[in-house]
Amino acid sequence: MSTETLPTGRPADQLRDGDKPAHAAPSAAARKAGGFAGWIDDRTSAAKPVNYLLRKVFPDHWSFMLGEIAMYSLIICLLTGALLTLWFIPSAGHTIYDGSYVPLRGQMMSEAYASTLNISFDVKGGLIIRQIHHWAALMFIVGLTVHMFRVFFTGAFRKPRELNWVLGTILALLAIVEGFAGYSLPDDLLSGTGIRAMEGFVQTAPVIGSYLAYAIFGGPFPGEMIIPRLYSAHVLLIPAILVGLFIAHITLVAVHKHTQFPGPGKTNDNVVGYRVMPVYAAKAGGFFFIVFGVIALISALFTINPIWAYGPYDPSPVTAGSQPDWYMGFADGALRLLPGWLEFSFLGFTLSLNIALGALVLLPLVYTVLGVYPFVERWITGDEREHHLLDRPRNNPTRTGIGMAAIVAYSVFMFAAGNDIIAIKLGMSINDITWAFRIGLFVLPPIAFWVTKRICLSLQRHDRELALHSRESGRIIRGADGSFHERHDALTDRERWILVQHEPVAPLQLTPEYDENGVARPAARKDRLRAKLSHWFFKDAVNPVTPAELAAAHHDGHHAEALEASDHDAIEQGADTDSTGLSSGSPVRD
Amino acid sequence: MNEQDSPTTGGEVTPTGEFGSGAVRLDQGHVVGDGGIPERFENPGFGPHIHRGTDLDEVAAKRAERIVGGLFLLSIVGTLAFVVAYFAIDKHSTVFIPGIGQTNALHTALGLSMAATLLGIGLGAVQWAKTLMPDEEEVEMRHPMRSADEDRSKFVEILGDGAESAHLTRRPLIKYTLGGALGLFAVPVVLPLIGGLGPLPEDDLSVSFWNGHKEEDGSYPNKPMRLMRDPQNTPIKASDVTIGSVFHVMPEGLLDLEHHILEEKAKAAVLLMRLDPDDIKSQKEKDWGHQGIVAYSKICTHVGCPVGLYEQQTHHLLCPCHQSTFDVTQDCKVIFGPAKRPLPQLPITVDDEGYLISKGPFKEAVGPSFWERGSA
Ligand code: HEM
Ligand code: FES
Repeated sequence: MSTETLPTGRPADQLRDGDKPAHAAPSAAARKAGGFAGWIDDRTSAAKPVNYLLRKVFPDHWSFMLGEIAMYSLIICLLTGALLTLWFIPSAGHTIYDGSYVPLRGQMMSEAYASTLNISFDVKGGLIIRQIHHWAALMFIVGLTVHMFRVFFTGAFRKPRELNWVLGTILALLAIVEGFAGYSLPDDLLSGTGIRAMEGFVQTAPVIGSYLAYAIFGGPFPGEMIIPRLYSAHVLLIPAILVGLFIAHITLVAVHKHTQFPGPGKTNDNVVGYRVMPVYAAKAGGFFFIVFGVIALISALFTINPIWAYGPYDPSPVTAGSQPDWYMGFADGALRLLPGWLEFSFLGFTLSLNIALGALVLLPLVYTVLGVYPFVERWITGDEREHHLLDRPRNNPTRTGIGMAAIVAYSVFMFAAGNDIIAIKLGMSINDITWAFRIGLFVLPPIAFWVTKRICLSLQRHDRELALHSRESGRIIRGADGSFHERHDALTDRERWILVQHEPVAPLQLTPEYDENGVARPAARKDRLRAKLSHWFFKDAVNPVTPAELAAAHHDGHHAEALEASDHDAIEQGADTDSTGLSSGSPVRD
Repeated sequence: MNEQDSPTTGGEVTPTGEFGSGAVRLDQGHVVGDGGIPERFENPGFGPHIHRGTDLDEVAAKRAERIVGGLFLLSIVGTLAFVVAYFAIDKHSTVFIPGIGQTNALHTALGLSMAATLLGIGLGAVQWAKTLMPDEEEVEMRHPMRSADEDRSKFVEILGDGAESAHLTRRPLIKYTLGGALGLFAVPVVLPLIGGLGPLPEDDLSVSFWNGHKEEDGSYPNKPMRLMRDPQNTPIKASDVTIGSVFHVMPEGLLDLEHHILEEKAKAAVLLMRLDPDDIKSQKEKDWGHQGIVAYSKICTHVGCPVGLYEQQTHHLLCPCHQSTFDVTQDCKVIFGPAKRPLPQLPITVDDEGYLISKGPFKEAVGPSFWERGSA
């Protein structure tokens, strides 16, 4: 692929030529490996698919490691979790603690809690396993969330990857459920309070709430069934689904071949990167150990969930400052923001929307919205093609804005879960803080959308500027005619390519409401909505510099800035580059 | 954007679903190639490969080799340290780490040595890949996801043929009975699941230990019970409850239970406070109390956390979970936060010996709302 012919006589070339098995007779070790592989292949005909996989090309970019972080954290959770099952006793049965943690000796507690204390204090190395398990679980959810951001903002979810996006959302939802189940197992005061709240959530389900709660808990709260049931969900049911879906997810990545960022030589029809064998295998394999190592390091130094400090669960003691794991924060925050008047009573029945909306509706709603996004965007843009080149986030300002608005809304919920702590830290009344969050929930996301979109547009204009006038050198030159202008260093074609490679866009055209015969088309209303949305999605678009524009800019040479104002197309595409201060972001057209 | 999407002639391009076809949604007012200028830039193709120091210089390559080897060695040392720590360090000994504090020595040593083991391997492998493995990128071509048309039509054909040769279309009896059987086969699996999950709640959520033990006929004795300190399990004299004090209370007998103690606590927990009677604004609250001593359910009417933070000055009860705030002077009505209903009050009085007793059970279900709570 390198266009340049390599100079000969470099040590590297010798090294590589010498390494090539085609040139050298296979070594004894290689023959041995070959013999073993042959034995396997005789019985499986695995050679062809394995060769194919080993020769697969993966593009390299730091952001592609985010999914790997999630993947490796999941594996670490599975490994350490398997160890924990050797000592953990999933039972709510009562016992009197007689282990080596003195402050709790002689206390009545569940066997689940006692066995978790045992793992923490009496099993050698048990605490580090517990800590790694918990930190890896947090890393898993952080990893998959940021991975999801990467996929979203680069448009990697577009055809043909919509299904993988849907699988991803299911994985993300399951990861949260799995996390909650695991967090609840030790039956300490904090996690027990979490289960208590969960029971309250379930109870508020309209009509069937109390029945559902008694079914889940096997009777009144807390009962002795919930710990074993959460246990089988946590170690068997959900992991099995997680691993199954994850394998499907990863298989689809291999089938689709990974997306790549645009750049010279990279097209929609190729993948540029490194082969699995040896480079990607070494990098990805090495990365597993790095993720594992970093989690071990964190676990050695920072204690997470010191259950011994909380004491055993009891429905009556106060758990001040109780906070769930961070990924539950947004639902907890929603519960704090929903006002009490959303509970209604009629005909002797009670409907608690103040709880049900935050606890039962929000989570599925968020993940449904996430899951359908690719389909909505495709409908709006009418784009039915396969996309393997990623968008630079700035080149799709509306999508990037939507994403930021969603992140901000999520963050408002999440920070609202800390309204008490914020109130104390800032010395403000919790009432005011809560109201600020309530208002923020409606005000901040639109602002985030608008600001993000503006930033994207100005970055795009900056790209146009660069492409047209190259880099501003900051050096002022005096021309022959006595005028002053700034000197611009020329871009090479390859440097310019990244600035101009994306497609120009325009809203979908409205199909006429009446066909040629003047008959109203029944679908016209839907089309009108679609055209409106499409217009909204693409308005203000800043399209890339075209060769003609570049030629015009060059032709006009040093006067480019002034002349651009008269360059009809540049203005039409919203390139706010003129010196006359023409308003920015003029729509492409209506 | 790429070779396939690049130059399109003419201003009009319509969206197509084909792989690698021309660009869509081209702005029709866009500059159309005139005077031989293409409409889009061409992908300039790969630049010349820039070799790394380790490719060009054997000394640099040797250095890289040593670094990789050193990292792998670090891993081995880490493992050895882990084994030594495992056997040598007592599991209860502690160590002071600046910035972190006093921690368990074995735990810290095991974690740190394990991190060295893992990071040594990981960093070594990545360093090896970055410095010594080939860094010339390779190109693989993509193929559209869509299968060839003939395969797709073949698929439909096979399905159709299969249904046809199995007489599925010609023999509706088989079709419908199979449909019914498959539709119902989950019932034997699901029914025991649903049926066996748990008992029906009946009136369980609406009563508590304060109602007394359920009689044969389903009624409750509702006889007075002493208020007991939790966890001391001792009765409380009205004279012991000074103004401003607060007691955590359980009904008499609950803490002696062998079974279901947590289930009962979860509904029966009560907070006992004494206010200056003049501060109490609700007549019902005064009537159900005793000389300013009032008892309220401790279970939050939001989602059931214990409401246990009492501010003496303001007479506010605060729930730690979502900050619902209840005003004890106003019959514990919600003055802030997501809860809707006031905390249920337990009617109390004193017995002959001056101990506080309940005058009856809670008059409504305690804890979180549920659909039929008002109809009990
Ligand atoms: C259980 C959690 C998850 C794991 C272990 C996981 C793992 C991975 C890995 C290793 C890759 C390839 C590397 C990369 O692009 O980063 C990948 C790709 C992908 N993931 Fe995930 N992921 C998870 C969750 C999600 C979520 C929550 C979404 C979105 C809702 C998602 C959507 C995608 C998509 C669309 C791709 C293809 C990206 C491309 O080819 O550019 N994944 N995933
Ligand atoms: S449980 Fe008390 S405020 Fe939510």
